[in-house]
Amino acid sequence: MVLCGMILSVLLGPFLFPHAYDLPGEQTYAPPSLVHLCGTDLNGRDLLLRILKGGRISLLVGICGAGISLIIGTSFGLIAGSSNRGVDNSMMRFVDILYSVPRLIFILIFINAFNERLQLAASNHGWDWLVGSSRLVILILSLGIIEWLTMARIVRGQTLTLRERSYVDAARVLGEGYWAILWRHLLPNLAGIILVYLTLSIPSVIIDEAFLSFLGLGVQAPQSSWGSLLAEGASSINPLKGAWWMILFPSLALLTTLLALYSLGDTLRRSISAK
Amino acid sequence: MGEDFLLHDIPLVKQATPRPHTPFILQVSVYKLHPFGTMLRRLTSLPVVLFCVVTITFFLIRLSPGGPFDSERKLPPAIEKQLLAKYKLDGSMLGQYTGYLKDLLHGDLRLSTKYRNRSVNEILAQTLPVTLTLGATALLIAVTTGIWLGAFAAARPGTTAEGGALALTLLAISLPSFVLGPILILIFAIKLSWLPVGGWGSPMQLILPAVTLAIPYAAVIARLLHDSLRETLAEDFVRTARAKGLSERAVVYRHALRVAILPVISYLGPLAANLLTGSIVVETIFHIPGAGGFFVNSILNRDGFLLGGVVIVYCVLLVIFNVLVDLSYRLLDRRIRES
Repeated sequence: MVLCGMILSVLLGPFLFPHAYDLPGEQTYAPPSLVHLCGTDLNGRDLLLRILKGGRISLLVGICGAGISLIIGTSFGLIAGSSNRGVDNSMMRFVDILYSVPRLIFILIFINAFNERLQLAASNHGWDWLVGSSRLVILILSLGIIEWLTMARIVRGQTLTLRERSYVDAARVLGEGYWAILWRHLLPNLAGIILVYLTLSIPSVIIDEAFLSFLGLGVQAPQSSWGSLLAEGASSINPLKGAWWMILFPSLALLTTLLALYSLGDTLRRSISAK
Repeated sequence: MGEDFLLHDIPLVKQATPRPHTPFILQVSVYKLHPFGTMLRRLTSLPVVLFCVVTITFFLIRLSPGGPFDSERKLPPAIEKQLLAKYKLDGSMLGQYTGYLKDLLHGDLRLSTKYRNRSVNEILAQTLPVTLTLGATALLIAVTTGIWLGAFAAARPGTTAEGGALALTLLAISLPSFVLGPILILIFAIKLSWLPVGGWGSPMQLILPAVTLAIPYAAVIARLLHDSLRETLAEDFVRTARAKGLSERAVVYRHALRVAILPVISYLGPLAANLLTGSIVVETIFHIPGAGGFFVNSILNRDGFLLGGVVIVYCVLLVIFNVLVDLSYRLLDRRIRES
C-alpha cells in the first residue's frame, strides 16, 4: 500500500505543481507553510517537488540496479550450485573474498574512471540521451555489479538442495542437457525465493545510491536524488540556522520507502520459510 | 551496505543430503591436524588478494582520463616533465606499474600529488588512527547492543516485546547513517546541546559519530542473533538443560547463546568492511579528520597515490581482520568440518 502510494506520487506528483515552483525563487530557506508544504531550499525551490523528482531517480536506480544484480546473482548461484564440488568451492570462495572487501570504495573509483569515457563515446556517436545521463547509467550498472553477492549465495544454497530432487534425476535420465535442466527445471522452482530477494535488494541499492550521492560522487546536479537532497540538508544545518525541514522530509521519504520494501521482503521471506 | 541482514539466512529448505557422519574421535583428530593448514592456506591467499587489489586500483586510477596536474593552468612543458618525474608518473604504463609495486613492497606509498610534499605514509599515519578509533568504538557498540537486543527478543518468543524489538531493528536497518547522523545532531547537539556538533579530540565528540555508525549494524546483529537463537533453543541439548532444572536465564545465556553466537562471529568480517565504508560518510557529517575524508577528496582531486594508499591499507586491515575472525570462529566451533 505505502509502496504503491510512493511510486504513484513520485510518478504523477510533479505534474501537479506550477512550473514556477521548480525555478529559483525569492523565498530562500522558507520554513514549511501552506504554500510550500515542505519549505524551500537554498535557491527558493519547493522542497516537496524536489523530493518527488528525486524519488523518481532513487526508485529508478533501485529497481534497475536490483534487476542487474538479480541476473548476475542468479546465474552465478545456479552455476555454482549445479557444478561439481571443486568449481562450487572456488566460486563461493570468490564471493567470500568480495564480501570482505570494501566494494563501494572500488565502485567509487570505477564510476569516476569510466564516466568521462562513456560521455565522450556518447557524444562521438551522437547518442544525445546518453550524454546527460551517462553518470546515472554508470551508477546503475556499477551498483548492480556489487549487489549480487547475497542473491548468489541464496540461489546456490537452494540449487544444492533442488538438484537432489527426483525430477532432476528424471530429466537427466530422459537425456536433457545441463542448460535445459537449469532453465526448465531449476529456475522455475527458484522463482519464488528470487522474487523475495529481489524485494530485499531494491532497498539495498537505494541505500548505496544515496550513500554515493550523499558524498557528491553519485547523482549530480541538475539531477537530484534523495541522497543528494540529504547532502544538501546536512550541509545546511549549523547552530545558527537549523533548516530542519531540509533534512526531515527527504529522510522521511527515504525511510518510508526503505521500511516498506524491507518489511514486504521480510514478510515474504518468513512466509516462504514457514512452508 | 544494506544487504547484510539477510546475509546469514535461516535455511529455507532443510538440506536434502545429510552430512556424512564421521565418528566423534576421528572428527577431533581431523580438527587437531588441520586448523594450522587452513590458516596457512588463508594466509597464503592474502598476498594474492592484495596483489589483485593493488592491480585493479592502479589501473582504474591510471586509466581514468586526465592527470593530476591538468586542472591547473597550463604548465610549461619542462616544468610539467619535472613534476611527472618527481611523482614517478613518466614512462610507460607497465613501467609505472612495476615501479609502484616495487615501492609498495618497500612500504612506500609515495607522495600525494595534491598535498604537495607530504607523503601518503605521513597522511595515513595522522588520519588512520582517528578512523580506527571511530570504527573500533562503533564495532563494540554494534556487537554489544546487537547481542543484547537479539537475546532479549529471542528469549521472549511470541510476545509483544519480541515483535517490538524486531520492528525496532527493521526501522534501524532502514536508517542509513547519512539520515541518522543529521537527525541525531539536530536532536542532541542543536536542540538539547548535550553533545558537540562535530570535531575530534574529546571522548564527548566520539559518542554521536560512533553511535550513528553503529546503530544500523547493531540491528543487523540483533536480527541475526535472534534467528539463530530461536533455532538453537529448539534443539535437544537445550531441552536437556531445561530438564535438568536450570533457570531460563542460565539456559539462554549460558548454554544456547554460546552456540547461537557463531553466525554473529562470522558476520564480523563483512561488518568491519561496512564500518570502514560507512565511516567515510560519518566523518563527513561530523567533520572528523579521518582517512575517509581524504579518500573522497583524493577521488575529486585525482590524487592517485593517496587514493591507492587508502584503498590498499583498508584492504590489508580487512584481510588481516578476516583471518583473525576465521581463527576465532574455528576455535569456538570445533565441530566445523575442514573444507
